[in-house]
Amino acid sequence: MAVAPDPSPRFAEYAHPERLVSTDWLEQNLGTPGLVVAESDEDVLLYETGHIPGAVKIDWHTDLNDPVTRDFIQGERFAAVLGAKGITRDTTVVIYGDKSNWWAAYTLWVFTLFGHEDVRLLDGGRDKWIAEGRALTTEAATPEAVEYPVIERDDTTARAFRDDVLAHLGNPLIDVRSPEEYSGSRTTAPAYPEEGALRAGHIPTAKSVPWARAAAEDGTFRPLDQLNGVYRDEAGLSDGDRVIAYCRIGERSGHTWFVLTHLLGLEGVRNYDGSWTEWGSAVRVPIVTGTEPGDLPA
Amino acid sequence: MTNPLPESLRQIRDDFLELGQPDRLQLLLEFSNDLPDLPERYRDHPDLLERVEECQSPVYLFVEVDDDSRVHMYATAPAEAPTTRGFASILSHGLGGLTVDEVLAVPDDFPNTIGLSAAISPLRLRGMTALLGRTKRQVRLRTAA
Repeated sequence: MAVAPDPSPRFAEYAHPERLVSTDWLEQNLGTPGLVVAESDEDVLLYETGHIPGAVKIDWHTDLNDPVTRDFIQGERFAAVLGAKGITRDTTVVIYGDKSNWWAAYTLWVFTLFGHEDVRLLDGGRDKWIAEGRALTTEAATPEAVEYPVIERDDTTARAFRDDVLAHLGNPLIDVRSPEEYSGSRTTAPAYPEEGALRAGHIPTAKSVPWARAAAEDGTFRPLDQLNGVYRDEAGLSDGDRVIAYCRIGERSGHTWFVLTHLLGLEGVRNYDGSWTEWGSAVRVPIVTGTEPGDLPA
Repeated sequence: MTNPLPESLRQIRDDFLELGQPDRLQLLLEFSNDLPDLPERYRDHPDLLERVEECQSPVYLFVEVDDDSRVHMYATAPAEAPTTRGFASILSHGLGGLTVDEVLAVPDDFPNTIGLSAAISPLRLRGMTALLGRTKRQVRLRTAA
């Protein structure tokens, strides 16, 4: 860990408090050697309109996804992307973004697939930083290129594929999409474009827990007792469960993956990034419609 | 494929295609910053505006057809949604002043032809396609006898 964690008492109750930093902490630590701040947004132009001074941009679409195959980039490309942004294997990376860190958490999850050890989220993300009147700049960061090693991505620990989900049926699944998508009345998030899934509904037995229930109005994560109420009491998750979360393409469930893994401390949580755009178009996979989780296929 | 692209849209397309990928985003940002303000007469009448449900951010549009059968398209989108603002601005500039027939003849896949599909996810570009489609629909509504 290149930079000491944020000691804020507010984070102490979480399973892995070192995964969060506050806006105060970040402001005080800007420019600290070994720290790189990265902005990762849903709207890929937001960084250009103004960002935290010194922050680099990580574009979830062009930086992290393979341009041809539906997959993330491989180790060589990841090394090139991070090295160009001044990130070494030992760098402390703080990621923040729009929409309650929705995409920032997804980017953090991709970093995790490559085993980058010290990667944290700015609690509250871009909106909180701006709401508090902190400094922004439109000057793009010009980091000095550094060496990042070529690491083979680990797709077995935090990532699930369709066949993994089929084999997993009977274990907890969390569907983090909107209630309308879950029930099958639509295949896209409200106010989002049609994404081409051919069938609507959810994976049998999946519990519906929309991702935003983990976020407070100011975009910060909810306190632990509220998160426990949502995920343990309502959704019935408990320590030792093997959980898979999914959404449409794995971005919203990246947020939930962060909450379950780093705030609640569940181990072995996986994000199914194929999600509904794959499952809802795959031939002969089981689907349930309606508001109830439904039964396992016979 | 035979529909001729109006000069205004062709110019915008060519401007984008002449640039490398990072500069295309920069040009989109310039369009975003240059989205014309809503005319005074609509500012107090949000009920006159149409919500574009397909866009990922709250965007509203209003289409006028003037006495010379020229089309004017206005849109609003929040500053937190610069990409959406950019899309609306391209259409507002590119369609503004065209005739009804010219607007209705604009190819529906225009948004996919301006070289942004590598820089911006295809899902987002669909928001611009929806904006164009809704603009045409309003034009038809306003010119229906």
